[in-house]
Order: sequence, then structure tokens, then C-alpha cells
Amino acid sequence: MNLRDKGAEIWEKWGRPQRVAFAVILIAIVGLLPFGGNFSFTSFLDTPVSSYQAVLVYPVGMFVLMALGLNIVVGKSGLLDLGYVAFFAIGGYTAGLLGEYTSLNTWEILPVGMAAAMLAGVALGLPTLRLRGDYLAIVTLGFGEIVRIVALNTQSLGASTGIAAIPTPPKTFGLIFDIEHSNSYFWVVLIMILLVIWMVRRFTVRRPGRAWEAIRQDEDVAILMGVPILKYKIWSFSIGAAIGGAAGVIFASKTQYVAPNEFTFNVSVLILACVVFGGMGNIWGVVLGGVLLAYLPERIRFISNARQLVFGLTLVVIMNLRPDGLLPRKKREKLGAKAKAEKEGSNV
Amino acid sequence: MNFSVVTSQFWQLLLNGLAVGLIYVLISLGYTMVYGVLRLINFANSEIFMIGTFGTVIVTEHVLHYTSGHAALHGIHLILVLLLILVVSMIFSAVTALAVELVAYRRLRAKGTNRLASLISAIGTSIVLSESVRILTKSAPVPTPRLLEKFNIFTFHGVALRVDTTLVIVGALVLYIIVDRFVSKTLLGKAIRAVSMSEDTSKLMGINLNRVISATFLIGGLVTGAAAFFYMQVYETTVFNVGFNLGLAAFTAAVLGGIGNIRGAFYGGLTLGLFEEFASAVIGGQWKSVTVFTVLVLVLLLRPNGLFGEAITQSRV
Repeated sequence: MNLRDKGAEIWEKWGRPQRVAFAVILIAIVGLLPFGGNFSFTSFLDTPVSSYQAVLVYPVGMFVLMALGLNIVVGKSGLLDLGYVAFFAIGGYTAGLLGEYTSLNTWEILPVGMAAAMLAGVALGLPTLRLRGDYLAIVTLGFGEIVRIVALNTQSLGASTGIAAIPTPPKTFGLIFDIEHSNSYFWVVLIMILLVIWMVRRFTVRRPGRAWEAIRQDEDVAILMGVPILKYKIWSFSIGAAIGGAAGVIFASKTQYVAPNEFTFNVSVLILACVVFGGMGNIWGVVLGGVLLAYLPERIRFISNARQLVFGLTLVVIMNLRPDGLLPRKKREKLGAKAKAEKEGSNV
Repeated sequence: MNFSVVTSQFWQLLLNGLAVGLIYVLISLGYTMVYGVLRLINFANSEIFMIGTFGTVIVTEHVLHYTSGHAALHGIHLILVLLLILVVSMIFSAVTALAVELVAYRRLRAKGTNRLASLISAIGTSIVLSESVRILTKSAPVPTPRLLEKFNIFTFHGVALRVDTTLVIVGALVLYIIVDRFVSKTLLGKAIRAVSMSEDTSKLMGINLNRVISATFLIGGLVTGAAAFFYMQVYETTVFNVGFNLGLAAFTAAVLGGIGNIRGAFYGGLTLGLFEEFASAVIGGQWKSVTVFTVLVLVLLLRPNGLFGEAITQSRV
């Protein structure tokens, strides 16, 4: 059974009012999630270390946001990026530096952090996106490590202690942002996630989305069809980077502190795992993957020592049982790939 | 920046770079061979290496019962003991490699699914391995008893050729030549090369794909285990995440030489080892990985297929 197709079928049967109503109800439910931990029978949602509300922001919200960003790169355009954490770090450090040396507030820093990450994405993408997939993987992996090591060895970036006392966002629309008020952060992250989902959905049905799809399915054919692949690859890469940067800025202002050891290769792997685990290329799958892989390790902290071990085992088992992820992309996209494989098979 | 080191310590850096580079060569053979047949980065290779280093410790300390204060061995006794440890380390790694192939790759390959799924399951396997060892060792570094008296074979103008460096250089070279000969001369080697050229055609030629892939993992595991042994003779300590940086460097080496290509892994590993040694002497050890990756990016820009092309894998879609 394919849940994704069932959902899409029902969705396509609906008219506009039904769709709007469904979306509003869904957003309202998700928006009220932080209050879901207030009742006695839901107290099991609290994780052993931090409260349920705090976990909803980091890691759950952040991971979903970053997984959606990485999904544009990996899921939509098929570019394997193993150094996504670099953009997260660049966003975080931009927030740290600007928060410390200027009087800009978080909302003003946010576009700067996104622009910085995007620039880094373009700078890395221009030379490397010409390369084949596996080389791209190792170069991005290297880039992620370079960013971390540079931060670790640069005194003005605080070296191994990082940057502390990063200002929290000012009071906005009556919402207070501080360590006590995780809910405010949750709503900010939720709005960002919704914006990203909206953006990706628009992209998917328009020219960039079609170009990415073409690049993902067969690069050579895409070139023959006149798709400027380098241009669209760089767009995909830098949009993904900007989302990572945005997540970094919010993360820095939430924890008020950034340090190199927050931005290790493991984070890149974890976010990639969210994408693949949930179902590459499918927004809802990626959201599900992000929620599960962020929440579960926190929830099972009581077996703290074996937490990562269980995580690794889960990855292996789920990938073996459902290689396309929990909620795979649409069938018809896969059918296209299957037809292609059959055609290639007959040529051999 | 201290460029005078390059000239004043040239020979010493060259020797150390050769030793490090040859360890990289052995590890990157594991990556490159698996990549050749599967077109997949074997993410668990760093863990295969890590298990090998622990294999060295286990056999030295718990099977042969040498303790850390043990007097150095000499003569034929030393050679036999070292050979035994080498073989056991190789077996440890090879068994791990076979297990990784069974758990992470075989089932997914049978289903014929996307490559990223295999990648994630390999990453999962790698996490499982390193976390199990972390829990067993309580995250502490584990030393291995020194059996080899580390005297200098000769010193010349301040250049010292230490016995462990020699062991690494000679041993790794011999192993590399054996693997290279094996892959180019034997029937199984031919089968491996055939599969890396075209999976479908080699199936039509009656090659048992699963057997060849297992054999590739086995050989990759054996050389990685040997690398672990040599590493332990030089550095004498291991820890659960020892494979991470070495694996990264070895993978870089494989890409540098053109991944999927055995000779490429050799040149790539040597280039990387030498470069790393000289670069960290000039600009400081903490920047080592940065310089390595910068060079990698530059090489890929100028020679996108690696320094030495793709002799084994001509066509790749």
C-alpha cells in the first residue's frame, strides 16, 4: 500500500474550499502542538532531558526545516550533499558575529545569514556542481569539515569555545523570545517551514521544479532538452543553503551560543537520514522523517548510552524494509524511472 | 608559515609522508574496490578499519597475553608474532567487511533500489559498529603493548629511519603489489574487473555477481585490516572513532587518484600522505584537513576524474 498515493488521490478529488479548509485545520493543529504537552495523559511526550516544548523547536522544528532545505538539493535535483551542516554553521556564526558586534536584531540578521549561506553555496557550487555525483558528495563533505575546522582555529570566531551570549530576538507581536518561552520559537520555525513548503510546492510545478526533475532523472537527456543544468543546479544548491542558513540563525538566537562542536559531520548525516528515511523528494515524507529522527533519539534518552546505537539500527532496518523511505514520492515519477531502466536494459 | 622546514627537514618529512601515504593507500583500496563493483561509497570502511585496530589490540593483549610493560621481542620470534597479529587483524576487518556487505548492501541490491538507500543503510551500519565499540570501551582510548623496539635503522644528517616506518613502507608496498597482481592476473580478479566495467554484461558471461561482490568486500577488508595493523605499530593507540578522519583522508586519496581505479588509489594515497606531511609542517598541524580538502577541490576542478583518470571504469552513466 502506498500512503502517499492514497493521500494525493483524495487531495486531487477535493475542490479549492476543501483544500483550504484542510490546510487551515492542519496548520492550526500543528500550531497548537506546544500546548499538547499540558495535559496529564500527554506528559509522556516530555523527553527525559528537556521539556516537550523545547524539543519541538530543537531538534524537531530545526531538523524538519533543514531536511526540507536539503530535500531540494538531494530529493528534488538528485545532488548528494554531505556537508549541509556547513550552511547551518555559516548561519549560526553570522548570527553570532553580527549579534555581538552590531546592534542588529535577529530578524535583521536573518536575511544576512541566509545571504551569507547562499553566497557560500554559490561559491562552492560553481566549481563543484560540474562534477559527477560521488565527487560532489566528497567535496561537500570536505567543505562541511573545512567550515568547522576554520571556526575551530580562528581566534576571532572564538576558536573551540565559540561565541556566547548571542542576543535573543526582541519582543515581536507580543511574543517574548527567551529560554522560558520555547513556544515563540516554535511558531517562528513553523512559519519558516510553511514558507519553505509553499515555495517548494510552487517550484515543483514550475520551470525550476521541472528542470530539477529532469536533472535528477537523467542529466544527459536534460542537457539535450536544453535545460541549463548548471544554472538550475546552482539555484537548487543555493536555495537549500539559504534555508540551512536561516535555520542556523534561529538556532544561534535560541541557544544563544554557537561552537564548532555543534556543527560536526554527524549533523549532515542526520539531516540526510531524515530526507532519505522519510522519503526523498516528497515533502510530507521528509517532514515525517525529520519529526521521527529528531524526536525519537531525544525520547529514548533514558537509554542514553545506547541511543545512537538504536538510531543506527533503526536506519539499517527501515532502509532494508522500505528503501524508498516511509512515504515515498509519487508513483508516476517512479514509473518514469522504471520505464527508463527497462529501455536501458533492452539496449544492452 | 615556515617554509624553511621543507628544505631543512626534507628527507624526514618525505619518509613520514611515505609511511602515512602508504597507510592511506591500503585503506583507500577498500573504498576504491567496493566503489568499482558497486558504484557506492562504502561508508562503513572507516569502521572496518577501526575494528581492525581493535583486532590488533585484542590479539596482542588478550590472546598472546603481552602487557604494556613487556620487553621488546627480537629476531624470528618478533617476526612470527607480528605476522600472527597482522593476519588476525586482517581477519577481523575482513569478517566485518563481509558482515557489512550482507547487512547493508545485499538485500537492497536484490531489490534494485536507489543508491541513497544503500548509502543510508551503510551509514547506519557504520553508526552501529562505532557506537557498539564506544559503549564497550567506554569512549576511552585503548593502547596496544609495544612489541617492536623502535630503534633507528640509520641516522644520516639528522634523518632517522625508524624501524616501524620501515615496516609500514615495506609491508604496505608488498601488500599493494599483491593486490594489484591479484586483480590483474587471477580469474577472480578478472571477474572483479568485469563487474566494475558492466554488471549486466558480466552476469551474461556467467559471473556470479554476489560471489564477486563478497570477494571484493573480503579483499577490501583484508587490506584495510592490514592498514589497521600498520597504523597500530606506528601510533599504538586506538579509539572508537579512529576511523573517521583516516577514512575521510583515505577516501579523499581514492578520489584524488580516480575512484574505482586501483593504481589511482596508490598514487592518490602517496600524493595525499606526502602533501599532508609537508603542508602541516609548513602551516601547522591543525590545518591539515583543510589543506587536504582544498587540494582535492582544486584537483577535481582541473581534472574532474581524479589525477589518474578512470582506467578501470571507462563508462559510467
